[in-house]
Amino acid sequence: MAPDTQAIVDARAIHKHFGALHVLKGVDLKVAERELVFVIGPSGSGKSTLLRCLNRLEEPSSGSILVDGIDMLDARTDINHARQRIGMVFQSFNLYPHMTALGNVTLALRKVAGKSRAEADRLGQAALERVGLADRAGHTPGQLSGGQQQRVAIARSIALEPRVMLFDEPTSALDPELVGSVLEVMRSLRESGMTMIVVSHEMGFARNAADRVVFMDDGLIVEQGPPAAIFESPTHERTRAFIGQIQRH
Amino acid sequence: MIQTFFNIEIIAAAWPIVLSGLLNTVLLSLIVVPLGLFGGLLLALLASIRHPLVRWPLMAWVDFFRAFPPLVLLILLFAGLPFAGLELGGFACVAIAFFLNTGAYYGEIFRAGIDSVPAGQVEAGRSTGLSRLQAMTWIVLPQAVRNVLPDLLSNTLEVVKLTSLGSVVAVPELLYQARQAQSLTYNPTPIVVAAIIYFLMLWPLVRLLSRLENRALAGRR
Ligand SMILES: Nc1ncnc2c1ncn2[C@@H]1O[C@H](COP(=O)(O)OP(=O)(O)OP(=O)(O)O)[C@@H](O)[C@H]1O
Ligand SMILES: [Mg+2]
Repeated sequence: MAPDTQAIVDARAIHKHFGALHVLKGVDLKVAERELVFVIGPSGSGKSTLLRCLNRLEEPSSGSILVDGIDMLDARTDINHARQRIGMVFQSFNLYPHMTALGNVTLALRKVAGKSRAEADRLGQAALERVGLADRAGHTPGQLSGGQQQRVAIARSIALEPRVMLFDEPTSALDPELVGSVLEVMRSLRESGMTMIVVSHEMGFARNAADRVVFMDDGLIVEQGPPAAIFESPTHERTRAFIGQIQRH
Repeated sequence: MIQTFFNIEIIAAAWPIVLSGLLNTVLLSLIVVPLGLFGGLLLALLASIRHPLVRWPLMAWVDFFRAFPPLVLLILLFAGLPFAGLELGGFACVAIAFFLNTGAYYGEIFRAGIDSVPAGQVEAGRSTGLSRLQAMTWIVLPQAVRNVLPDLLSNTLEVVKLTSLGSVVAVPELLYQARQAQSLTYNPTPIVVAAIIYFLMLWPLVRLLSRLENRALAGRR
């Protein structure tokens, strides 16, 4: 592989069982540096599980995962160190309610990256600036809107300068009028060259920001390609049915 | 009537004895409460390792010491241990009995607090590279303690009251000293004084507890 098309995420033959439930049935996913991959699919198709396997919040039953050259499933890998390179943004924000916005952003900087408080505060403040919330540093999550909370959550990830960011339905819990501000931040992240894997139903965003759309169904990647191809002329019946369904909504 | 139950002369005579009892009660509480909190935290942290080999013995331990009357436990330690060649004295027996008994109660409270913190909190922390212990220390425990603060305080109140059990094994705490004074003066006044002191000492805690409980209710609304 040429250096400029170096895969930063290389997941192969990922299987995941929850007891008797076979949730991922051999998923291969390769993501190039600076690529934005959009993952869509019906509820229960395994999108979240796939994302959570990539940073090993979920232990895959089998398969291999390389992220930035690190073997995520090797028992000798320092998983806490590896996870710093993989940002994750959750549907429900999961901000720490007992800390300020700045406290949320600096916790891992101090405890994992080992920065001094002053240095962490400086980096944290810069991260909040990037999501347009420099003036909210002292607010607690309870004092912020949903959109602002999600942007703080994004700042919490980017402060660690990850090589990849995973987004699991980042705007699904938001009131419609707050969605735009979060997508705006994601767009600017993309422009700064961040590699991103996004599970979302925001098809408008997928159309004009994604390099590739991946359609999952029943634990498998059924079809993938450029947004225009997947949305206008899907080849598989299941993809067509799914796209038709969401476009009717 | 007042001569019998609230005799000023007797109060003056008994005061030094009762005061030394009060100091011992405070001292006992200052030892027993942190000890119980520490034991409880330890139990709750162990319980968060959801391994069956840890979980079952732990549950048995907690159930046993919650079901065992603390007074019986205390007397058993005090009267029984010397037969095992271990002469510990009243104070140490109270400390151990309370560590076992109230530790189990505090443990259940901490465990409920830890369970009340959504799993997404830990996941967010772990996704940024925090270890399990770091996520527990910086993310889960602060929220857990805040969520169960009224229960912790309420249990602490019970513990302070239970220190009067020390009188049974001749620990010179407030009740024991008041009874000494009573038997010296042939008058119940020292007991009345002790009762008033208990009330004055615990009433602010009770008020604080009410306010916390009201605030918790308001927060839930
Ligand atoms: N921890 C778990 N234990 C048991 N089953 C689980 C667990 N997590 C997910 N599952 C099951 O795995 C399947 C895939 O779930 P997953 O959350 O990955 O789907 P999804 O594509 O993200 O769906 P949605 O669009 O609803 O978020 C579902 O059937 C779900 O019930
Ligand atoms: Mg999901």
